[in-house]
Amino acid sequence: MSALTFTLKTQPVQRVDMSPLVCQQLQGLSIADIAALELHSGKRKFRVDELFTIDGSDAQNIVIKNSIEKLDFIGKELDGGTITVEGDAGAYLAMSMKTGEIKVSGNAGLYAACEMKNGYLEVSGNVGDFLGAALPGNKMGMKGGIILVKGNAGQRVGDHLRRGLILIEGNAGDYCGSRMTAGTIAVMGSTGRYLGYAMRRGTLLLWNAPQLSASFNDCGAHTLAFLPILFSSFKSLNSKFADASVAFNRVQRYAGDMAEIGQGEVLVKR
Amino acid sequence: MKATRAIITAQNEKWAMIAAQTMTGFATSVIACGCEAGIERVLSPDETPDGRAGVSVMIFAMGGKGLAKQLETRAGQCVLTSPTSALFAGIDGGIRIPLGKNLRYFGDGFQIAKKISGKRYWRIPVMDGEFLAEATTGQVDAVGGGNFLVLAKSQPQALAACEAAIEAMRKMPNVIMPFPGGVVRSGSKVGSKYKTLNASTNDAFCPTLKGATKTDLSPNIESVMEIVIDGLSKEDIDNAMRVGIQAVCDLGAENGIERISAGNYGGKLGPFHFHLQEIMA
Repeated sequence: MSALTFTLKTQPVQRVDMSPLVCQQLQGLSIADIAALELHSGKRKFRVDELFTIDGSDAQNIVIKNSIEKLDFIGKELDGGTITVEGDAGAYLAMSMKTGEIKVSGNAGLYAACEMKNGYLEVSGNVGDFLGAALPGNKMGMKGGIILVKGNAGQRVGDHLRRGLILIEGNAGDYCGSRMTAGTIAVMGSTGRYLGYAMRRGTLLLWNAPQLSASFNDCGAHTLAFLPILFSSFKSLNSKFADASVAFNRVQRYAGDMAEIGQGEVLVKR
Repeated sequence: MKATRAIITAQNEKWAMIAAQTMTGFATSVIACGCEAGIERVLSPDETPDGRAGVSVMIFAMGGKGLAKQLETRAGQCVLTSPTSALFAGIDGGIRIPLGKNLRYFGDGFQIAKKISGKRYWRIPVMDGEFLAEATTGQVDAVGGGNFLVLAKSQPQALAACEAAIEAMRKMPNVIMPFPGGVVRSGSKVGSKYKTLNASTNDAFCPTLKGATKTDLSPNIESVMEIVIDGLSKEDIDNAMRVGIQAVCDLGAENGIERISAGNYGGKLGPFHFHLQEIMA
């Protein structure tokens, strides 16, 4: 069976809610049924076949071609299967994803993987603000799974992160790891201001020395036994993180945010 | 019986072995120790989760609750305390029982959980750095008490034969020989003339009692030693017994080996019977 492929054939004026096009909702539907599904765009509704050319039949393997940054909610609550996005993805990519795999060849917008529960998200380009964060007003962000960003990430990466792993090969913006409850964020590039602002627990793993707030206290240099295990878990990834030469187990440890309960940590490669 | 396996790593093999020996100490028999434990084998760095030298240990107990209790107290008192050590699960399947899950409270609130590739680890701050322990390990059904007896013309010859057997058996997977050096010199029988004891010396195999009791020994046998084997399955014990008995037999009569026997307890002790002739066939 070939992948169920949606090729964007027209540029929508308004943003499009792509949440109906996830594997579990398309399973067992005919092409005609899928074509007749409605997608919200602004105050209008479009049939799927008004926006996309549909090919293939394997609903567990969805491909979105010619994707643009106006396509929001791709892979929302995905519960198994894979979605491959050729091009850019809009806001709320992989929101509340339960399990499965989403790969984006371009960039992704705001709130990618917000409140993600499990699964794997890979973005080859850059992502917007609030990667893996909680939705506004909510207290719990990403709860599990792995996010890999090969480019840069915007501000507030992992805001209210509860569990899971965020890997960023590039740079992260301001307030990275803000209000984290737990989990791990690894950034190979640089980080912005207010790193770990109000974080409670969790780990920020950095390759480059950050600009730390006064509410992070230096705990000295240490060799940590869990780091080799963490790095070895990256081996299967299509990423710089899988390269054994980037791994380390010797770090400078900073505890914080002391303005909160102070059980989080920033680990900086030495 | 129920069994579990744990992997202890440390800065080097010396300290991994120290932790393993301490953890498996006073664990020769479930009769009085609460469990039977032993070192399965030394692990090379590429076989351990954290890439350091390691030792695999196995613990056997009569029930799951007792096993979990023994594992927890031994891990807490013997591995957590041992310099540079870390502790990992040695069985991925089975019923999950706590390994570092409760030891984490030693961290007094400073402990940190990390879930990596579906496994939860606890990082517990200690005075030499951090003690890393996997949260749980697997408990599986197992078989205990496989045994055979080496009957020899002299005590040194009996011991030499048992040493050869143990050396061969330690290369086999999924088994431990829980007694000192793997060898028992005080095999027991079920029951005693004293009401408070449920086991006592196996007088039929005591050479000094040849004329005083109903003996199983011929006149030329001066010493008997036993090797007890616990394993994850009957087949594992069969295999270990086979190589052990073969090693003894290779020494042969010229080295004082007179006979191989086994404590069969009238065939009433436990559901598994190891028939030596079938094992060696």
